[in-house]
This record gives sequence, structure tokens and C-alpha cells, in this order.
Amino acid sequence: MKAAILLFPGINRERDMVLAVRQSFGHEPQIVWHKETALPPGTDLVILPGGFSFGDYLRCGAMAAHSPIMPAVQAHAARGGYVLGVCNGFQILTEAGLLPGALLRNASLRFLSMDTMLKVERADTVFTSKWQPGAIFRAPMAHGDGNYTADPATLDRLEGENLVAFRYADENRNGSARSIAGIFSPNLRVLGLMPHPENLVDPLMGGTDGKPLFDSLAAA
Amino acid sequence: MKAIVTVTLKHGVLDPQGKAIGHALHTLGFTGVGEVRVGKLIELELPDQDPAQAKATAEDMARKLLANTVIESFKVEIA
Repeated sequence: MKAAILLFPGINRERDMVLAVRQSFGHEPQIVWHKETALPPGTDLVILPGGFSFGDYLRCGAMAAHSPIMPAVQAHAARGGYVLGVCNGFQILTEAGLLPGALLRNASLRFLSMDTMLKVERADTVFTSKWQPGAIFRAPMAHGDGNYTADPATLDRLEGENLVAFRYADENRNGSARSIAGIFSPNLRVLGLMPHPENLVDPLMGGTDGKPLFDSLAAA
Repeated sequence: MKAIVTVTLKHGVLDPQGKAIGHALHTLGFTGVGEVRVGKLIELELPDQDPAQAKATAEDMARKLLANTVIESFKVEIA
């Protein structure tokens, strides 16, 4: 699995993502600047890390969704390539139309910087195969706009087609519809989620709860 | 020609900022205030000479970038 990590101005979790990929994949991902117009040849997985791309101006992820690299990401997804967006990366994927819905301001209006518990809704995907179905794991959160929303028909479709990847299992602190923390595309090859599994992949970080995500991808 | 684009959350979409402002207004004694909604106002200088064309251009910009029509609605006025 050859990974490319996109770098937009204002992104700040790209090195965490590099570490997580290096540990599980056993090789270095490539960092790709947003002004590039092509992905490195042979890219299997595109990762959009967290942060505050373009200062969250206008809406979180709105500017990054129109960066020069994004047509290449759209084409990659259209041919069935893997895409992972975490936090701001998830927001960018919704703004780019690669995942449905939107991330609104947290219902409490507070920035949430704490651990949460996530439930693995399905373990038969390339992103989640190293978890047991229904597993509950710890994941750090750090976001002001993580309140997932979509119209009722879209939410029903996500549930009906089993495209909810993760749900908040302890407390739904940001107010997300149906406690949704992450969703898949219909072909299960695009995943977006708000919490940060990449920040719990080494005992030195205080745990390895997030490592199965990267181990699953490495085994694909 | 100047276009003014007003972007607001769609009705039915929770507006926690509007709610917080509503609470603060009540605290200040404006007890008659009903629902409060917060939005953005974007002023654009456009090269178009024809108001209808300017409006169409601004609406195109709103659909593509200025508003996220999943959660927001917009209104364009030509000044």
C-alpha cells in the first residue's frame, strides 16, 4: 500500500500521519504539496490529515477542497483508489463532495480537545479489518466543527447501506446526527472521520488504540 | 458592479451561534426576541456591466464556493 499525504497550508497533523503510516506500512509515505496537480505514480492511498487548512476561512475545508491537487484526488477516488480524511481532512472530503453531509460548529460551541470512545460499526472493510465488529476504542478529538449533519434522507441512506464507519460510543459531545463520527463512501474506499486514530499508535503516545486502522490498510 | 451575497444556514439546520446570541439578548432584557440566525455577508466587485449577468455570476460563485448548499442557502443582491 503506497500512501501519499496531502499538505495544505495550515495543516498540522501531517507528521503524526507519517509516523502512523511508517509504523504500520514499514515504509515512508510521500508528502504531496497542495499545488501539485498529480499524485505520485502508483499511489494506492491518499491521506488528508487534520489541521486548519487555509485558516478555516469561509468554512472548514472549503478552500482546500478547490486546491490544484484535488482534481487528481477526485480522479483517484473515481477509479476506486483509497482515500482517508481525518478531522480537517474529513471536512475537506465533504466540501469536495467525496463524502455526503457537512461538519457544523460543535453544538456546544466549544472546541473539543479530549479523548472519546468510538464504536467500530463494521469490520469488513479495508480500513477496519483488524478490529472486531462492534469493538470500542479510544481516540483523541481536537475540533471545533465536528457536528456531522446531513438531510434525513442521506442519513437514512448511510444507515440503510451500512456506510456509518464509527459512532461516538461514550458521549456525543459535538452534537453529530445519530452519533456519527465517521462514514464510508458507497464503495467503502473513502473514509472520513473526526477523531484522530493516528495520535494513538505507539505506547509512547499513551496507547495503540488507533493502530488497527493503519494495520488494516497495511494488510490490504 | 457590486454584488452582495448573504449566506445563512438553512432553516432546520441547528444554529448554535444564533442560539447563544439569542440567550445573550434575553439576558440584556430584549425578552421579545424570537429565533436568531447568524450568517455571512460577502461583497464582490464584479466586472459585469449588466445586472442580470452580474447576478448570474455571483450565484455561480455562491453555488461553487461561497455557500455549502448542503447546509446553507444564499441570496444575491446587485448594488
